Amino acid sequence: MDFTLNEQQKMLKKITREFAEGYIAPVAEESDQNSKLDEKVFQKMKEMNYFGTCIPEEYGGAGLHDDTISFCIVTEEIGRVDASWGITTGVHCSVCAYPIYKFGTEDQRQRFLIDLAKGNKVGAFCLTEANAGSDAGGVQLGAVKDGDEWILNGSKIFATNGGIAETLLVVAKTGEKGSRKELTIFIVDTNTPGYSVGVKEDKLGVRASNTSELVFQDVHVPQENILGKTGEGFQLSMKILDFGRISIASQCVGLGQAALEASIKYSNERIQFGRPIGRFQGIQWKISDMACAVESGRLLTYKAAYMCDNGMDYSLVSAMAKLVASEAAMKAAHSAVQIHGGYGLMKAYPVERYFRDAKMGEIYEGTSEIQRLVIANQLLRKGANIL
Amino acid sequence: MKVFVCIKQVPGVSEVRIDPKTNTLVREGIPSIINPYDKNAIELALTIKEENGAEVIAISMGPPQAEEILREALSMGVDKAFLLTDKAFAGADTLATSYTLALAIKRILKSAKNKKDYLVILGAQAIDGDTGQVGPELAEELDIPQITYVQKFELKENKIIVERIFRTEEVVIIETQLPALLSVLREINIPRFPTMSGIVDAYTKKEVISLDANELKPDKRKIGLNGSMTEVWKIFIPERKAEQIIIKGTNEEIAQELCRNLKNDKIL
Ligand SMILES: Cc1cc2nc3c(=O)[nH]c(=O)nc-3n(C[C@H](O)[C@H](O)[C@H](O)COP(=O)(O)OP(=O)(O)OC[C@H]3O[C@@H](n4cnc5c(N)ncnc54)[C@H](O)[C@@H]3O)c2cc1C
Ligand SMILES: Cc1cc2nc3c(=O)[nH]c(=O)nc-3n(C[C@H](O)[C@H](O)[C@H](O)COP(=O)(O)OP(=O)(O)OC[C@H]3O[C@@H](n4cnc5c(N)ncnc54)[C@H](O)[C@@H]3O)c2cc1C
Repeated sequence: MDFTLNEQQKMLKKITREFAEGYIAPVAEESDQNSKLDEKVFQKMKEMNYFGTCIPEEYGGAGLHDDTISFCIVTEEIGRVDASWGITTGVHCSVCAYPIYKFGTEDQRQRFLIDLAKGNKVGAFCLTEANAGSDAGGVQLGAVKDGDEWILNGSKIFATNGGIAETLLVVAKTGEKGSRKELTIFIVDTNTPGYSVGVKEDKLGVRASNTSELVFQDVHVPQENILGKTGEGFQLSMKILDFGRISIASQCVGLGQAALEASIKYSNERIQFGRPIGRFQGIQWKISDMACAVESGRLLTYKAAYMCDNGMDYSLVSAMAKLVASEAAMKAAHSAVQIHGGYGLMKAYPVERYFRDAKMGEIYEGTSEIQRLVIANQLLRKGANIL
Repeated sequence: MKVFVCIKQVPGVSEVRIDPKTNTLVREGIPSIINPYDKNAIELALTIKEENGAEVIAISMGPPQAEEILREALSMGVDKAFLLTDKAFAGADTLATSYTLALAIKRILKSAKNKKDYLVILGAQAIDGDTGQVGPELAEELDIPQITYVQKFELKENKIIVERIFRTEEVVIIETQLPALLSVLREINIPRFPTMSGIVDAYTKKEVISLDANELKPDKRKIGLNGSMTEVWKIFIPERKAEQIIIKGTNEEIAQELCRNLKNDKIL
């Protein structure tokens, strides 16, 4: 067993950190306030290949499709300076571009993947509806077959990148087998007539990331845009989310790391009762707990990535990684604000933003409760030896 | 055309710490970086490649760990990288360094079709050694024209036209032909970041070629500590002398006195 990063991974980490600190960090606060990603950073992110990190070079990506640990490192470093960017490229790569690479046909890769990987188009994954959240099987958006086309009607909510995306993976109901719905995933080009963007959400955290409602009124989608097979939508969605959770876990590790770093710096600088507050045991315990939580999240995340790259079933470990890392980030952000005292509530310190941003990790792509459910279900069915 | 870029690994801090007992640099815990000026040198080489077509070759002399900066150079888009590493090269001063770099360049040129179709680019100075001597000495070793402190560059057919800074204020425009050697200032450009695919290529499709004393066949008296004319007596960080002057009087008197002081110190 070897816990060290290889030279290429170290370089990816170093360069992404330099880039993130140099380009993303200076405008992170402004983007949060404006609820909008910065255009210049967008261009730079494109040039740097961050829209195609886990896609092979032949499809316009960076070629790290077999090195998910590197994808984690890159996502972590981006998430460390700005969770909004972390979720934007994280979602784009992990639950839109990567599934098209993994499950798509060569024709679909040519038509959709290349533009996604190059960042010419942004991607989104649309599962959640007003009445289908944790209960993903409750999808109502329907697709009806018409010749060699499908006609989609309904709406999706809370889609990350929804308002800026041009390529969507849409989970739709294509039939019913007894009490069980039959779901199918469609690749939808947003230039198709009948498609429109509804409400753009105004959020507590990850404010610069776009979260939107999407409306489908008689949207015609050709048969060859089905990802995988008709009726495979539910199982495929679960597989897609397994990988997506590695990405979210990485974002959360980055956010937790940022909260930890800010806390260490502040604890060494802030003087009360004649000494740096870091000398007080009450602060020290917080710092230790934060570090242990963040590192646990990181190790589980890298383990899930390792299992993914080695063809092992990583579904359980990725749920664990997502759960532990997101709760670690929330805990770390919570402690970071506490350590900063009153200053922690002020916009002048980034921990204020970390605190608001951290909450999303415990909710999207499956709440903490749902992760616990997924983990327990597997353990109760298969026993603890599957670990 | 071949464009050689010489790059040096330096400690990534503005203030170096020196071990007072051994008189050597404390390197522990300090990340190593490409000398910042050398990134500008790489950027210039890459723009020349993009605009005119060229093969860009990075060379560094240093310990095996210097491979890292060569990989970073490859990630930025450099085509080939050579690491000159050997115990015999250790302890080199600027003279021995430039001699060794020249041997490598000559060796690489041996297999070139046109042995005069090349350019050598260096940083104006290294942020640790800070002498700015390696460039000029290397040009002498190669017996080619040198232009130091370059802030603007243009290549037209086989002619190069550059702007160099002279005595900190004057700008001199110089025209010369290949082969030539330039040392560049930070103002000349903004170095690019390596892209993610650039990094992947650097580790999977490109290589860093190590050359040792056996391969370079140097005159043993001219390399490493033996070849160094410089004797280091003492290394120290210059003391910062801050002087405090309190000026009293009416606002006008204070302003005049302040201006007089600033003029005396040649700040105004
Ligand atoms: C910032 C953000 C970005 C998002 N991006 C996307 C996206 O890109 N694509 C997309 O499809 N969706 C996205 N979502 C939606 C997200 O995945 C859902 O919000 C989430 O799955 C929860 O669904 P819900 O909001 O309907 O909550 P509900 O399912 O209504 O849950 C309410 C509460 O009940 C709990 N609960 C529900 N069922 C159980 C159970 N069986 N046992 C115990 N507790 C339970 C939940 O944990 C939660 O605490 C995003 C959401 C946010 C906030
Ligand atoms: C702390 C310290 C201790 C030293 N101790 C000794 C000693 O004990 N004995 C001794 O003889 N010398 C010693 N040196 C000198 C050392 O070998 C020089 O740093 C070296 O020769 C390069 O000179 P420079 O740093 O002044 O580079 P400059 O001349 O300032 O560098 C200009 C440019 O030359 C190129 N360049 C410089 N070095 C290299 C390289 N190695 N590989 C590729 N390109 C390069 C780069 O493009 C650089 O931008 C010491 C230097 C330092 C900083």
